[in-house]
Amino acid sequence: MAQDETRPEAARETREAAAERAAIAVRPEFRSNAAAGFEDKVFEMRGIDVRYSGVAAVKGISMDVGHKEVTALIGPSGCGKSTLLRCLNRMNDLIPNAEVEGELLYHGEDLYGPKVDPVQVRKLIGMVFQKPNPFPKSIYDNIAFGPRILGRKDGLDETVEKALRRAALWDEVKDRLKNNAFGLSGGQQQRLCIARCIAVEPDVILMDEPCSALDPISTGKIEDLMIELKKEFSIVIVTHNMQQAARVSDRTAFLMVELDAEEHNRWGRLVEYDVTEKIFTNPADKRTEDYVSGKVG
Amino acid sequence: MEAGGASAQRNRLATAGARATTEAMLRDQPRGDVIRNTIFAGLLLLAVLIALAGLTALLIQAFVRGSSALSLDLITNPPSTAFPEKAGYRPAIIGSLQLIAGVILFVVPVGVGAAIYLEEYADNSRWWNRLVEINIQNLAAVPSIIYGILGLAFIVRGPLDLGFILVAGSLTLALLVLPMVIIASREALRAVPDSIRQGSLALGATQWQTIRRQVLPASIPGIATGVILAVSRALGETAPLLLVGATVFVTFDPTPFGDDGYSAMPVQIFNYALRPQDEFQTLAFAGVILMLVVLLAMNSFAIWLRNRYEQRW
Repeated sequence: MAQDETRPEAARETREAAAERAAIAVRPEFRSNAAAGFEDKVFEMRGIDVRYSGVAAVKGISMDVGHKEVTALIGPSGCGKSTLLRCLNRMNDLIPNAEVEGELLYHGEDLYGPKVDPVQVRKLIGMVFQKPNPFPKSIYDNIAFGPRILGRKDGLDETVEKALRRAALWDEVKDRLKNNAFGLSGGQQQRLCIARCIAVEPDVILMDEPCSALDPISTGKIEDLMIELKKEFSIVIVTHNMQQAARVSDRTAFLMVELDAEEHNRWGRLVEYDVTEKIFTNPADKRTEDYVSGKVG
Repeated sequence: MEAGGASAQRNRLATAGARATTEAMLRDQPRGDVIRNTIFAGLLLLAVLIALAGLTALLIQAFVRGSSALSLDLITNPPSTAFPEKAGYRPAIIGSLQLIAGVILFVVPVGVGAAIYLEEYADNSRWWNRLVEINIQNLAAVPSIIYGILGLAFIVRGPLDLGFILVAGSLTLALLVLPMVIIASREALRAVPDSIRQGSLALGATQWQTIRRQVLPASIPGIATGVILAVSRALGETAPLLLVGATVFVTFDPTPFGDDGYSAMPVQIFNYALRPQDEFQTLAFAGVILMLVVLLAMNSFAIWLRNRYEQRW
């Protein structure tokens, strides 16, 4: 409760700071959960190191991810945002010679524990990719694929309709559910992939630059969708677009590339992690300020 | 006034001069280039014509000499030494159909299975997997007579000891075309982008579910094309069959496990062609027409299948 009392104040302060700087347009209505403290944590990362064939990709990442919040990972290319994201649903397991070290708790449970099955992990923690990747099947079969592999046979029609409605795609495709998904536009394909992901009722949705291949109108639709979806799901999004992070996320983590002394090796390091408004209006670290104000990166 | 007129005149001259230079540069293609281009294009055309000439000569030869024997008798009648004008290919056709049915039964599960293992499961950084890969490429280039000897030593006799039966011939042909099927299936599987596999796995599908429900369906057109081309190769093979029991003169309908002999189309053509009588020569050419038609139909179907159903990513 003590946390609850401090929260509106902190939010007001940062909002004033935002008004003063007026650097980036922040839509405050999306900030319902944003506050210094966490109500509930989905992920707790402690000293996460990822190596590919022994070469470090990210080092010493420690951060928490809030439940039913949108958490954005930003930073320059090669800073390990996607690598970090792929740890969260064990997609890194698919890359030969990838090693993940450190502690990664999911609702308090060790995600890399010896008895954890990555297949089960991915049923709870879904993923949307950078490039829309619909299956070469009908729109209906794309959505029904997830429920089917979970063994569901009844009520598929309702599941498909519900998923498409939640992904704000139903009205556009309801008359052509049997058509091949490749006939959809890029933005529609990406919303289809989101619908496909939510059809299995995950707990978390990971999004790896979901709008980087889309036009501004499609991007806007997906951003609106994310704000809608966070009522039900926790979302972690990697984005190159700082305005996007500012618009949709509650918290933002800024990662940067770090070089060793000889400048042979480079890896990602978490520089700052805070409430999104704070990151964009009053960051604690000079490097964050330079990056979000466009001086570097 | 006068100075202005002179400058305008100079400008016009300069423009005209520049235009003439440009025109000259654009027009004058060096003679050497023209000649070299023509020679090269001509040589390439010649290569095409030589390839076509061989095929055309074969077709004309076969039709001129074989068309008189083209009738339903050719398909329905067995060979006969006494009545060459009534002789046909019936046992050979039935034998060939059974042979390729056996080839398909064996080569599809084994070939596609091997391709799935090599493409989806094997870790290519391991030396033994690379060794397997190189060996499969090599096997595809091994002469077919070698497979005949292998079939004789291991299938007809040796470990399997099946005897000279049609199934032994089928297995031998299947081994012969197996590398083709594996290579074609691997290419079809590789054409499915990784994003499809990742999308499926990210939904909580197991690796097998991903292969069974996404990767394999998407690659079936490519696999089917490979299988058809492999089968048409098997259909035309003669040499290995001669070693594993295809008898050159069979007048009854062969059965898969019958040990009194079987025949196949190319073997029967070979037999007719060896006989001096004109009637048999004509029969051999009619058989060639028959095989060419069947092979052409199969290969065209394979191409059609590929163009019609191949997924564009």
